[in-house]
Amino acid sequence: MADASNVDAFVEFERVQKSYDGENLVVKDLNLTMPKGEFLTMLGPSGSGKTTCLMMLAGFETATHGDIRLDGTSINNIPPHKRGIGMVFQNYALFPHMTIAENLSFPLEVRKMGKSEREEKVKRALDMVEMGAFGGRRPAQLSGGQQQRIALARALVFEPELVLMDEPLGALDKQLREKMQFEITHLAHRLGITVVYVTHDQTEALTMSDRVAVFDDGRIQQIAPPDQLYESPENSFVAQFIGENNTLEGTVKEINNGIALVQLDDGELIDCKPVNVSQPGERTRVSIRPERVEYNKDRLQAGVHTLKAEVLEFIYMGDIFRTRLRVAGNDEFIIKTRNAPDQVRLQPGQQIEIGWLPEDCRALDA
Amino acid sequence: MTDISQSGPVLAADGTPLKRSLSRALRMQKLRALMLIAPLLLFILVTFILPVADMLFRSVENRIVQDTLPRTVEALADWDPASGQLPEEAVFAAMAADLQIAAKEKTHTRVAKRLNYENPGVSSVFRKSGRKVGKWDLATDGPFREKLIEIDDGWGDVELWRTIKTYSGSFTSGYFLNAVDMQLGAEGPEIRPENERIYNTMLVRTMRMSLIITFSCILLGYPVAWILANLPARKANLLLILVLLPFWTSLLVRTSAWKILLQQQGVINDTLVWIGLVDDANRLVLINNELGTIIAMTHILLPFMILPMYSVMQTINPSYLRAAKSLGATDWTAFWRVYFPQTVPGIGAGSILVFILAVGYYITPALVGGTKGTFISNLIAYHISTSGNWGLGAALGAILLAVVLLLYWVYDKVVGIDNVKLG
Repeated sequence: MADASNVDAFVEFERVQKSYDGENLVVKDLNLTMPKGEFLTMLGPSGSGKTTCLMMLAGFETATHGDIRLDGTSINNIPPHKRGIGMVFQNYALFPHMTIAENLSFPLEVRKMGKSEREEKVKRALDMVEMGAFGGRRPAQLSGGQQQRIALARALVFEPELVLMDEPLGALDKQLREKMQFEITHLAHRLGITVVYVTHDQTEALTMSDRVAVFDDGRIQQIAPPDQLYESPENSFVAQFIGENNTLEGTVKEINNGIALVQLDDGELIDCKPVNVSQPGERTRVSIRPERVEYNKDRLQAGVHTLKAEVLEFIYMGDIFRTRLRVAGNDEFIIKTRNAPDQVRLQPGQQIEIGWLPEDCRALDA
Repeated sequence: MTDISQSGPVLAADGTPLKRSLSRALRMQKLRALMLIAPLLLFILVTFILPVADMLFRSVENRIVQDTLPRTVEALADWDPASGQLPEEAVFAAMAADLQIAAKEKTHTRVAKRLNYENPGVSSVFRKSGRKVGKWDLATDGPFREKLIEIDDGWGDVELWRTIKTYSGSFTSGYFLNAVDMQLGAEGPEIRPENERIYNTMLVRTMRMSLIITFSCILLGYPVAWILANLPARKANLLLILVLLPFWTSLLVRTSAWKILLQQQGVINDTLVWIGLVDDANRLVLINNELGTIIAMTHILLPFMILPMYSVMQTINPSYLRAAKSLGATDWTAFWRVYFPQTVPGIGAGSILVFILAVGYYITPALVGGTKGTFISNLIAYHISTSGNWGLGAALGAILLAVVLLLYWVYDKVVGIDNVKLG
């Protein structure tokens, strides 16, 4: 089977399906290849199948159909403890009856490692997460962030090549979470390990990953580096799920030179980049990022279609202004503008005209 | 404003020390809380603590000899039992006088019964004499030594007088000595002759069998609790009802059911014979011995082991086991090194419950224990309700209580009572 797979692939899912009850598929036809050293995030709403995928990779769930390969070898029938995959759990799962050092020593003990070697590795792992002084404590005596570091150290102490993380930062407060995001990515890149990271927090996914796989309804909707995912979503789900997004609905009038003319439901015309529309008459959902909308006429390209808009609400957020508009019958149209000295502050009730570059406006599936 | 850096106690806004004003504020709260539990407290005091204290007091109380035979006790003060001589005439005269009064008040049989515990045979001597002494004229009918010995030659036995003298104090260690197979002899406490020893054997048997029952409960209960804790809530609740079902059935019914199952012509023996595992002539003796008591009591006490273990296991997140496996542990290592240590508090709580209940168990051993499988509580019950020797029953009870407290203390030292969790 090895020759059939991609040579560079370290982790591979091939046509993997999973069903718990024999009626519904939780994971539908999953295909995924990961090179060694990649930091891949599985992102999606709850129930989208991302955690199930992680558990299948870890060996706690068996795939109903398909093949999962690690370094070219099928691991479908290998029990979890022989896979040698490090894992960080959502609740950390630090053993409460053992000290921190004993927790870290556990994976080395079950690998029948000598005492001196164990102690050295435990010390090195604790130093790596800057928790060297805490070896004698019990997990309950540590704060959430400290427990998180220990869980990370424990998953790394036996030097696995692949580490799985199941929403490891979910229980931390915002500041700590951001700090840990950087620490985890730095550590992963420094050690050169391959990481599969599961989260439902899209900011986390964007800031940490080399690539993000967006899950919905048991399928990968799009797998791409963060910038591509944000700037060029391939369907409305990804556009909606990643970052803030404005949606307008309409029908394709014509497609010319890679630009689609879309007639919105109130009759207005706009220029879009056709992504998954191919012929006139198709229904489409148009997606524009709030920060790509321009209302200063001087900065708008000549000849582009503009839309009339009414300002409903202006929110001062410090670094940016967030303005809610009514555009083509949509009351939830948001634009974001940088708080610059020359920036105009819009007033509620004001009538303005808005426009954008055709390539920022993506005509997606309805 | 009070300055924190000032010396002396911290003061409240009105100048009183903060501690005092805090305790005043809390006093009302405490009082109200106390009032809330007062009815229960009173109930427990009247129906439990006082009777228990009274019973325990009976194990050392011994006023009866002094109260019934005051003159005799006084006259015996100068007599030395070690001399081997019968007491003087004055003692017999005092005894005659005491007996006359006692017979009139009908208290001589009670003191006779009391002394009979220590020296079997005394009872009949007293009863026989009581009837006749009543007709004597104390002033003229002496000397009483010969007359009393004439009624019953028990009066001529030095042992009888020694027993009266030994047990003439207001308090006695006699019951307790009796309860550990000893007696007050001529030279202080001594071990009873071998054929009269019974209580130590019973106490040791009670402890040993209670331990066996506790361990059987752990062995049988652990897997059940594990299954309960790992099933989805709906199925677990159904199974839990099955575990609790015995609580809703009479203890007597359950014990009688075991009689039917275990007896030699019972279901189990019949089945084994039918299968051919056991020869019809050599049916297994499963009841009216230690085995019967162990089987029936393990079954009856099992829920007390399962429930605390279940509630502790329920709190153990399954991700611990997953974490252990992901770290490279086999199923067994993951269980033994990670899961099992976390269930120890539940095992501890269950063991204490089962052991303490078992040590004091009475009905089941009485019904299925025969002679070899009865507990010390059956003897206590015998002394309280049949023989009427409340003092001995109380002493046995006190010893049982002391042993349980001692074991509890040892348990605390070894396992730590903080480690016990009921959920």
